[in-house]
Amino acid sequence: MSSSPGNSSAGYASADAVTNTDYPTQWRRPPTLVKDTKLRYALIIGAIVYLILAIGTVEVNWARVVEGLDRGWRFIKGFLQPDFTTRWSDIKTGMIESLTMALTSTVAGVLISIPIGIGAARNLVPPFVYRICRAIIAVSRSLQEIIIAILFVAMFGFGPFAGFLTLSFATIGFLSKLLAEDIEVVDKSQLEAIKATGASWWQLVNYAVQPQVTPRLIGLSLYRLDINFRESAVIGIVGAGGIGATLNTAIDRYEFDSAGAILLLIIFIVMLAEYSSGYARKWVQ
Amino acid sequence: MLRVDALSKTYATGDKALDSVSFTVEAGQVVGLIGPSGAGKSTLIRCVNRLVEPTSGSVHLNNQAITGLSRKQLGEMRRRIGMIFQEYALVERLTVMENVLSGRLGYVSFWRSFLRKFPAEDVQQAYALLDRVGLIQHANKRADALSGGQRQRVGIARALEQNPELLLVDEPTASLDPKTSRSIMRLIVGICQERNLPAIINIHDVVLARQFTQRLIGLQDGKVVFDGLPSELDDSVLTRIYGEEDWTAIEGDRAEDAESAEDESVA
Repeated sequence: MSSSPGNSSAGYASADAVTNTDYPTQWRRPPTLVKDTKLRYALIIGAIVYLILAIGTVEVNWARVVEGLDRGWRFIKGFLQPDFTTRWSDIKTGMIESLTMALTSTVAGVLISIPIGIGAARNLVPPFVYRICRAIIAVSRSLQEIIIAILFVAMFGFGPFAGFLTLSFATIGFLSKLLAEDIEVVDKSQLEAIKATGASWWQLVNYAVQPQVTPRLIGLSLYRLDINFRESAVIGIVGAGGIGATLNTAIDRYEFDSAGAILLLIIFIVMLAEYSSGYARKWVQ
Repeated sequence: MLRVDALSKTYATGDKALDSVSFTVEAGQVVGLIGPSGAGKSTLIRCVNRLVEPTSGSVHLNNQAITGLSRKQLGEMRRRIGMIFQEYALVERLTVMENVLSGRLGYVSFWRSFLRKFPAEDVQQAYALLDRVGLIQHANKRADALSGGQRQRVGIARALEQNPELLLVDEPTASLDPKTSRSIMRLIVGICQERNLPAIINIHDVVLARQFTQRLIGLQDGKVVFDGLPSELDDSVLTRIYGEEDWTAIEGDRAEDAESAEDESVA
């Protein structure tokens, strides 16, 4: 082996002295989380013991389970023989109400989410704006839909308006957070390039950020639309109108065949939304 | 003319990226900035238009201080300085035309730019520049539909759309093949001569730097360790900038470079 002049000893071991047999044949990945072996085993055993004890404390009333199996079976039979006709006009009204609620609340929620999401992106705004917007998101996310629905039903009475407000509010927490996280990971070099042209902050958002996050914003909005539709079925149970109210009535009357029909319709619409949003996302890429 | 005086930059982490760097660049002069990775080349170029805020020292463009400008004044200053980036930094989902017109953002109001209603002379100039870089038929394509060399040409057109008084060029050929690299460098240098523009080109390819620039500044560990003609870049200077290595391959190109440089000036 001849080495070129200048780097004859630039870090290469001399080849003839070392053979492969001098190197170890075994290799183990170094532990990543807990370095200490004893502590690691102690933690694993402790976790298993805790899990067994915890499962032991769960009380199960087996007599009630047997009784409930029968009711559960009737529910499932309702699915197998769904009755779309008897309560069709109620189902239709509920469905239209729910779809309207889902669509309007998604539009309103998205419109409010965009400025809050931009404000919650660390790379675009000063720290105090960031903290305010993150606080709004935290409040929206920490309150579950049902709790807000109960509050709005108490404030505005039964019906879809309370549902609309609930879902709009919930959309803000969901969408602003994901949008902000998306903005925080946009390609920095594109931001830099637009900044270097002397662009103002609004121009920076319009030219460098918007093109990068729009496809995902559209995807998330469509996803939220179908979440809002599903949620409208749940919050209807506490009085916020829509298909949930119809479903609640059907279950209260033990009309499991009508309830089954409603659930099938919900599944169908969610599937429809799923497939069409796939197409829409491909189209906006 | 660009004047950099005792420019220093220490990052929040305590890394001293630039240590009292001083030099001037005359109008029409193309300066190559060379040095090992981490020497502060990128930081230096970004301190000029304050994408990175310098810690101390001053930068003047045509006798106007850039350091010390307010936010609003800085925007007005930045629009006078064109910048060309490594990996092009085009907005991928915008059309080629929008990318070029974004060079006018510092001059038009938000609503004009939002509605893409740029003044007629801006649009005309954008077409002229796209023609100059050979991409006029691609104006309506999305930037991510172009090849690497084509994208960098769009990047050049965007910088020129600003009608800059100075060009900052950051590793323009880092991800291009040797032939495309040379045609991009030839384009940049040619345009600087046409417009009598001063330019700083940050470049790690020494052969390319020597072939196309009129002056080289060597940066090592944040300090200027060489400032001279490309022909003065010999074994000892390369060692001073980059450290001990076998430089014979690069040395061998020197004579050829000198010849081809003459060819360039004839052509």
